[in-house]
Amino acid sequence: MINASLTELRAALDARKISSVELAQLFLQRIERLNPTINAFITVDPALALANAREADARIARGEAGPLTGIPLAHKDLFCTEGMLTTCGSKMLANFVSPYDAHVVSQLKAAGAVLLGKTNMDEFAMGSSNENSHFGPVANPWDLTRVPGGSSGGSAAAVAARMVPIATGTDTGGSIRQPAAMCGITGIKPTYGAVSRYGMVAYASSLDQGGAFGRSAEDCALLLNGMVGLDEKDSTSFPGPSADESGLPVPSKDLGDLCRDLNKPLTGLRIGLPAEFFGPGMADDVRASIEAALEIYRSLGAQTVEVSLPNAQLAIPAYYVIAPAEASSNLSRFDGVRYGHRAAAYGDLDDMYRKSRAEGFGAEVKRRILVGTYVLSHGYYDAYYLQAQKLRRLIAEDFQRAFTACDVIAGPVSPTTAWGIGEKTADPVQMYLSDIYTIAVNLAGLPGLSHPCGFGNGTLPVGLQLIGDYFSEARLLNTAHRFQQVTDWHVRHPSMAA
Amino acid sequence: MSLTLEQVRRIADLARLEMPDAEAEATRVKLNGIFSLIEQMQAVDTSGVEPMSHPQELSQRLREDRVSESDRRDDYQRIAPQTESGLYLVPKVIE
Repeated sequence: MINASLTELRAALDARKISSVELAQLFLQRIERLNPTINAFITVDPALALANAREADARIARGEAGPLTGIPLAHKDLFCTEGMLTTCGSKMLANFVSPYDAHVVSQLKAAGAVLLGKTNMDEFAMGSSNENSHFGPVANPWDLTRVPGGSSGGSAAAVAARMVPIATGTDTGGSIRQPAAMCGITGIKPTYGAVSRYGMVAYASSLDQGGAFGRSAEDCALLLNGMVGLDEKDSTSFPGPSADESGLPVPSKDLGDLCRDLNKPLTGLRIGLPAEFFGPGMADDVRASIEAALEIYRSLGAQTVEVSLPNAQLAIPAYYVIAPAEASSNLSRFDGVRYGHRAAAYGDLDDMYRKSRAEGFGAEVKRRILVGTYVLSHGYYDAYYLQAQKLRRLIAEDFQRAFTACDVIAGPVSPTTAWGIGEKTADPVQMYLSDIYTIAVNLAGLPGLSHPCGFGNGTLPVGLQLIGDYFSEARLLNTAHRFQQVTDWHVRHPSMAA
Repeated sequence: MSLTLEQVRRIADLARLEMPDAEAEATRVKLNGIFSLIEQMQAVDTSGVEPMSHPQELSQRLREDRVSESDRRDDYQRIAPQTESGLYLVPKVIE
């Protein structure tokens, strides 16, 4: 049962082969057993989960079940949950119980999904290894000495270890795709604006986007169906009004049922391979898995074409201006006055701010606040922030040019498989460079998906990234689903899930 | 470019982050590493390129001006570090 797909779980629930309460108990027991070693969860609430499961069972009995009713779920710990801790992986919010639910949380609650708990993450979603958490690092279920990726490392590890069938995440620079790849599961970051950011603790607002983790593309499609949609409380949520005829596409579309195209044949699909994604930076074991996966896509009727993203190498420098700039502004709200950490001893008001923030934020968060403060300060704005925004335009235009020659873009997610815990913590720049293949997608606001495509050096999962044009989530999920119909990488599981 | 200790302290001051002297130098070294990465941007000629501040070409939605939130002051203040009589308490600002 722990390895069953959502469709199989749905069938079992509807046929009363298992109740939602039994399903919740099964996964809660796994969390209890595995979390001391994996540390994927910051908060688990068995009583609430079982109460929600009983409600789901009643709903199923009434014949009113939707696709997610009674399915256990975990939220990344930056989605606000009323009455449950939302720590964002930070000491700053270690005691924060939100007075309201994030839009995503209320939608999935209304769908009858059963929340088991909140997952570990890099503090304020800043990191690529989940080592920046106030609550300690997360272990990769495939090798406990290695990182699960980040920042949504807890969600990815929890799904990989079968502690929960599906989980939410957020992706600002790769934080869904990269941990999905490193943990051997499937993850999708939709088009910017597809999932409401209301109640999602903000890091970099023009980049942050909620998305889904599951073991397969089909499971991701089912979860994402329950997350997307217009939210009046998020002004960037679409479908929105037609606004502008220039430049980027106007977000006015409804994504529709994301499962609708899952089984469409891939015959004639043009897969673009950017030369910049296949350069010397990629490890040999990753390259071998990616090449083998592309061969499978060709055997499914897709054709591969060369495309170019000439400004892709500028994505990291541009991101490390834009994201810290937005973060320094967003995180100015943490002042020890209305909620969050306040220092125990302080002098005047200004001293209270300084001490509360210095104590509440970890080292990486402070660094990004400092970088952001500097690039936005008087006299430096044009050289940094404006220049980064111009590069962002060039990067987004590269993708649009590429999509005239292909339907989806494929490449690696991460240049290497999961590295050892502690291996890259001394040098932030080394950590940043690991996001070379994921960040450009966030700058452009495009949807991206990661699916397992092999094992590097035998034991550690490798992910393949699919990037689509705006609003092409259904196609990305279709592409990955067809791949998963003829391969079994996505059903492989770490030994603890046998 | 390379930040001086003085600049690091000034940025920390602007960001309202207490920066003990013992941390300032290590922070400076790490920030300079990050800025050497960022400096790669300066090699690109972007004259004539329109800055992109956001991935959507989107104007703000308008809505009817009506009350949509209820009064939940008690809920919001329950999570505050210090309140009294419905007010948030901070150190004295005006003598």
